[in-house]
Amino acid sequence: MSPSPAREHPEARLGFRLNGELREVPRGPKRKLLEVLRVELGLTGTKFGCGEGECGACTVLVDGRPLEACQVFLEEVEGRTVTTVEGLSTGGKLNAVQRAFADLGAYQCGFCTPGMVVRATALLQLNPHPTSSQIREAMEGSICRCGGYRRILGAIEQAAGTGNAKGGTP
Amino acid sequence: MFARPRRPWDRTPPEDRDYFEVLGDGLVAYVPATSPGAPGSGGWSPPIGGAWVHVGPDGALRAFSGKAEVGQGTKTALSLIVAEELRVPLSAVTMVVGDTDLCPWDMGTFGSRSMPDAFPVARRAAAGARQALLELAASRQKVELGQLEASGGAIRVKGRADALSYGELVRGLRKVVRVDPQVPVTDPKEWRTAGGPAVDPHAEDVVTGRRVYVSDVQRPGMWYGAVLYPPRNGATLTRVEESEAPLEGGARIVREGSWVAAVAPSPRAARRALASLRPTWKFSHQPGESEIEDHLRTHPSPGEDWDTDEVTKGDVDGGLARAAVKVEATYRTAYIAHVPLETRAVTAEWDGPRLTVWVGTQTPFRSREYVAKHLDMSEDDVRVIVPYTGSGFGGKHVGSVALDAARLAKSAGRPVQVSFSRAEEFQQAYLRPMAIIDVRAGVSKDGRLTAWSFHNVNAGAAALRTPYSVPNLRETNTLSDSPLPQGPYRALAANANNFARECTMDDLASGLGIDPLAFREQNLEDERLLAVLHRVVDRIGWKARSRRRGRGTGIAVGFDKNGRVATGAEVEVDGEGRLRVRRLVTAFEAGTVVHPSNLQSQVEGAAVMALGGALFEAIHFDAGAITNASLKDYRVPRFSDLPEVEAILIDRKDVPAAGGGETPMIAVAPAIANAVFEATGVRLRSLPLVPEGKLPRHAPTTARA
Repeated sequence: MSPSPAREHPEARLGFRLNGELREVPRGPKRKLLEVLRVELGLTGTKFGCGEGECGACTVLVDGRPLEACQVFLEEVEGRTVTTVEGLSTGGKLNAVQRAFADLGAYQCGFCTPGMVVRATALLQLNPHPTSSQIREAMEGSICRCGGYRRILGAIEQAAGTGNAKGGTP
Repeated sequence: MFARPRRPWDRTPPEDRDYFEVLGDGLVAYVPATSPGAPGSGGWSPPIGGAWVHVGPDGALRAFSGKAEVGQGTKTALSLIVAEELRVPLSAVTMVVGDTDLCPWDMGTFGSRSMPDAFPVARRAAAGARQALLELAASRQKVELGQLEASGGAIRVKGRADALSYGELVRGLRKVVRVDPQVPVTDPKEWRTAGGPAVDPHAEDVVTGRRVYVSDVQRPGMWYGAVLYPPRNGATLTRVEESEAPLEGGARIVREGSWVAAVAPSPRAARRALASLRPTWKFSHQPGESEIEDHLRTHPSPGEDWDTDEVTKGDVDGGLARAAVKVEATYRTAYIAHVPLETRAVTAEWDGPRLTVWVGTQTPFRSREYVAKHLDMSEDDVRVIVPYTGSGFGGKHVGSVALDAARLAKSAGRPVQVSFSRAEEFQQAYLRPMAIIDVRAGVSKDGRLTAWSFHNVNAGAAALRTPYSVPNLRETNTLSDSPLPQGPYRALAANANNFARECTMDDLASGLGIDPLAFREQNLEDERLLAVLHRVVDRIGWKARSRRRGRGTGIAVGFDKNGRVATGAEVEVDGEGRLRVRRLVTAFEAGTVVHPSNLQSQVEGAAVMALGGALFEAIHFDAGAITNASLKDYRVPRFSDLPEVEAILIDRKDVPAAGGGETPMIAVAPAIANAVFEATGVRLRSLPLVPEGKLPRHAPTTARA
């Protein structure tokens, strides 16, 4: 089911830039970006957590903006740029947020981590030196059910070179 | 994934296991399984499933344990001790867990048993492998054992530079060693790898999305399934009509009696096919929220004997009669949900008569038994593999979903994955039991407990017994026939029992007009428990705490599963009654600390998870249906709820390691409730404390009888 360069019905396919590469996939009524990424393109780093846009496990960047892929229809990304967690590290080099999460062990089961890392990367692109409360506000849409928020906050602060990585009071 | 052995190794005598066909040449050291301790003695000890270690000719070190990794860090803790005993860095060890074909039998990963049970066994297996390597080197080099030492994955004569690597020593070898129960193990005081800072060698897989979780398993030609589950508890299917319109995307419906499901090339097509069905359900009466307490009180159920306890001592009524201050109250905790971020998921694949299921479960061997039994198969032909799992918290014990996927895979003639929707995860899983606790307690004028009567309805026996000294006591629990499915949950009944107990202690102190810390000190003899309490009060500055209106500080202790915990909470209540928890400090002692960074994470995470259950988490239900079965309606802690969280670990290298995933939770809710009492004089006796975020307007202030 991987996309093939079927040229005979160009209108049957749509294209978008995914992790730096142009991809074409079949159109289809009401296809969700999350399922296309995970099932059709095999990019399972983006997780299914709730399907309601409430948990943030499926957060991806669309033109740099963090969105829950379970709430995005495939048509909405036509011609746009989509970045998943797999696209954050270039040439095998982790980005600053990934590096900090890995170094501080800022995960327990790790299931929320891809979504957290993607959302935090978007934040730091927009605001390279956020305050602790700006981080909390930006990350509110991502749930860590293991309760590892303090370390996650510390990792984002470390990546931003701000804070004391203590994750203290709001 | 390793090749499949002829038969699961746990079901094959050690001398007949095809270790080397599967793992290649080398050396295997194994520790056999033990039998369970006698039940009914109050100290039931579970059977422990052994461990084995394989040393390959390329120097690869693989250790096998029957535990499952669901995010609590067991795998790394076990790897650390294997690395320690084999004198290699953590990254040199491959820990294989949760594969029923290859791993030693294990009862399940729950009850904080991994450290007390699996850890010493893995430690001995690795020490036994080291011993066997030393013996191989001694005979090869014709030297005395005592002249040799193991380090850096090699054996050398002490003081000499040249060494024989483990790989060289086992080249061409196919040797199985049963480890001597008396094999020397390394004293924790001498540890170089375990007990220190350890970086997860697989961290990059986690942060890049490469780690494969249960729901990420993809098999060639795999389809997706969805099952027609009852929409409420007590619903039975009487009829299903299929739509006449053709199903989209190659989907089809599979029926076996009253079991109806859809299978399709994509999850969406399977869901749409399922939605096209028109089922008719018959509903039985189910108690609603207003009737639930009466129902639980009047519908006892025998349950499991390990989950009931009864202690009586002295004369409770006499002790109460002599008390200077008495309290009598009922405490309640709501049904709550585990909400693992990864919903239940399974992939099943048949290879002729043999079945493999990849499933997120805490009980791989019981799951194997369950699947084999229901499909009328030999357990030899069922392989359960637990990939990395997006958390469990006690919620992922045996589930019928493995069976659903196996049936669908058989019918479809291809691998099939079934993954719960979030609504299914709420409605089809099981919950933390509701608890109702009746307490009567008395204390003498000089602050000594004189009587203690404590009865828990429905939640269970964990931490039922008070750690305080009381001459007259009666502690009992009964289990109930719960209309909502209920089951294990992180620290289960210990949460409820400790909440009721530690709030009562504060009530008694308040009745006497003495300091809650002094009152606890006066009635506690357990030095280890006092030690964690003192670390907490020092850290939060108990004596100098703010007594400003609307601010409060509370403390609580707890003892369960050989772990000791104390939590201090600082809260703020504004003029509108809105409650905010500002700070949670938890001190925890569970013997030797094996993986400090992970234990710290567990303690911090436990505080946050407990905060949810303490403040706002509650399942709502009506006529058997869960009415808040979504993350929009069931609130779990988020960043905005995060207080200042601090974990203090006490490392007792002279005491064996106990588990750390559960007990750190149990003092959080009572510490918060006690802080609210100090801030407002309002005594809240039900969890969640503030379901709507605010204190009730007309709340009770004391419970004096």
